[in-house]
Amino acid sequence: MNAAILPGATAGDRDFLLAVEALTVSFDGFKAVNDVSFYVDPDEIRVIIGPNGAGKTTVLDLICGRTRATSGSIKYKGTELTKLSESAIVQAGVGRKFQTPSIYDDLTVFENLEISFPRGRSVLGALMFKRDAEVRDRIHEIAEMIFLKDQLDRRAEFLSHGQKQWLEIGMLLIQDPELLMLDEPVAGMSVAERKKTAELLHQIIKGRSVLVIEHDMKFVEDIAHRVTVLHQGKVLSEGSMERVKTDPKVVEVYLGH
Amino acid sequence: MKLPTLNDNPFMKPVEWMALALLCGLIFCVLPLALDGFRLNLVGKYLTYAFVALGLVICWGYCGILSLGQGVFFGLGGYCMAMYLKLEASSVENTKIQSTPGIPDFMDWNQITALPWFWAPFKSLPLTLIAVVLVPTLFAFVIGAAMFKRRVGGTYFAIITQAIAAILTILIVGQQGYTGGINGITDLRTLHGWDIRTDAAKTILYFVNGGLLVACVLVAQYVKRSKLGRILVAMRDKEDRVRFSGYGVASFKIFAFCLAAAFAAIGGAMFTLQVGFMSPSFVGIVPSIEMVIYAAVGGRLSLFGAIYGTLLVNWAKTTFSESFPELWLFGLGALFIAVVLAFPNGLAGVWRQHVEPRLTRRPKAASPAALPQGAPAE
Repeated sequence: MNAAILPGATAGDRDFLLAVEALTVSFDGFKAVNDVSFYVDPDEIRVIIGPNGAGKTTVLDLICGRTRATSGSIKYKGTELTKLSESAIVQAGVGRKFQTPSIYDDLTVFENLEISFPRGRSVLGALMFKRDAEVRDRIHEIAEMIFLKDQLDRRAEFLSHGQKQWLEIGMLLIQDPELLMLDEPVAGMSVAERKKTAELLHQIIKGRSVLVIEHDMKFVEDIAHRVTVLHQGKVLSEGSMERVKTDPKVVEVYLGH
Repeated sequence: MKLPTLNDNPFMKPVEWMALALLCGLIFCVLPLALDGFRLNLVGKYLTYAFVALGLVICWGYCGILSLGQGVFFGLGGYCMAMYLKLEASSVENTKIQSTPGIPDFMDWNQITALPWFWAPFKSLPLTLIAVVLVPTLFAFVIGAAMFKRRVGGTYFAIITQAIAAILTILIVGQQGYTGGINGITDLRTLHGWDIRTDAAKTILYFVNGGLLVACVLVAQYVKRSKLGRILVAMRDKEDRVRFSGYGVASFKIFAFCLAAAFAAIGGAMFTLQVGFMSPSFVGIVPSIEMVIYAAVGGRLSLFGAIYGTLLVNWAKTTFSESFPELWLFGLGALFIAVVLAFPNGLAGVWRQHVEPRLTRRPKAASPAALPQGAPAE
């Protein structure tokens, strides 16, 4: 399964989907992310690993505009993201899943997905939004993919933890982002749910790049094209999982224990 | 497989149509037939507060923005109307004993000799009607843009709205020559030549007021059931998720706040017309908090609940403050605490939980999806 999804990972591809260069953010002098550079190709699955406090989540926060960079650049398809508003970044094609499932408890699964449907995002557009066949079909299609076809009418708060994670992934899918960022998508999941999620991720990566933060090494090995290791806000190592695993620096700080 | 609630998103559910019919029956038939002119005018006054409560359902209940300064918008709407009526009552003929005839009496008492520029547009009825809605809405827009773009929310926002209510009251009281001061704008007589003080006029105004209220209910219902309504609920719940789904969160909050302001302003203008004066005592902190209590008692997630809550609290206020004037405020405070602790969704919550299931008698009615607004955000 691994080999089948590898072709996008060839090195030397000049048209990066995402180019992060010399990215630095400092909180009161503490550099949470320090001179980080990495490049993501179209259709690549990149996993960011690293010990707690390495700055992994902060990197995703910087890309999606939740945190503003102190210096450095983030170029997405040639557009500088560091100056754009959060909603403009989303509309450019970057989707973000949060670490804890971030869904709307008071709305049904259907309504959760509907809000993420990329149409009628202005005040007027939302007032005039029509729930037409296109919207319904797309929601049913996504619901099927995320194993929630029979739950569309349920209030989201009644879903299990795993189902909530899937719902949020579904909410991102319906946006159809070209760059999908997932923060620990299998954390807190049962073994069965984890397997299903890996299956789901394999299915949804087609035609898009994915940036994943994950601790579960088996899961990382299963999905990653390339791995970037962060440590104390800096890039420690980068490359295929095999290479990274044998890198003595990485073994010392992370994989060793 | 077709699931019913997914494929149709009707403007109103049958039970909501029933509630609307009940409300119309009460406002247009039962109350006018059952009450004398004086009491009906009193109910008309209460119903002007219902506009504010209706706005609070959208702004506070749905969007989660607690404004403790709705009296500002109620008052601005009311003052705009009062300025027109006052100018009409201050014709040169009526005010010939003043040292400057043709300007409102309180200006003359304060040695002002010409009409201030901002009073000039209120010589025209069409401009006044536009200003009634536009001035408070624009003011809400400015406050909303300043706060929500900077991501000020929650308690801070509530405190700021309260401060604005206090500031506006002080401004109106202090600028006596321009605003009528603490007495407000009184001695209002005619609307475009039509005497609003007669019993017949008061009855007509009551019905106009009721009609406008129902129109506002329909507008609020449209907003509530549109995708925008669901986005408001989603923002109350997980603001960041909405932001990172590509929405400009601030614009939606500004919209909800402006809509609430516009409703309050219409209520304020109708108040002036029915009661015959406007004063700073309807602008400040105390009335603003009372208005929040109306919405809380009625149910901050229910449009109809807010109207009944307003009527009930005001009826209680009139009844109890006639008999125990000094105890009323304590009673109101106790009521608010009791509602928040025991019935967080107010009367509407009690209705939905205990009365409606018995009326509909459908076995499926108890399923979670059938109670879309059954639970509060927090």
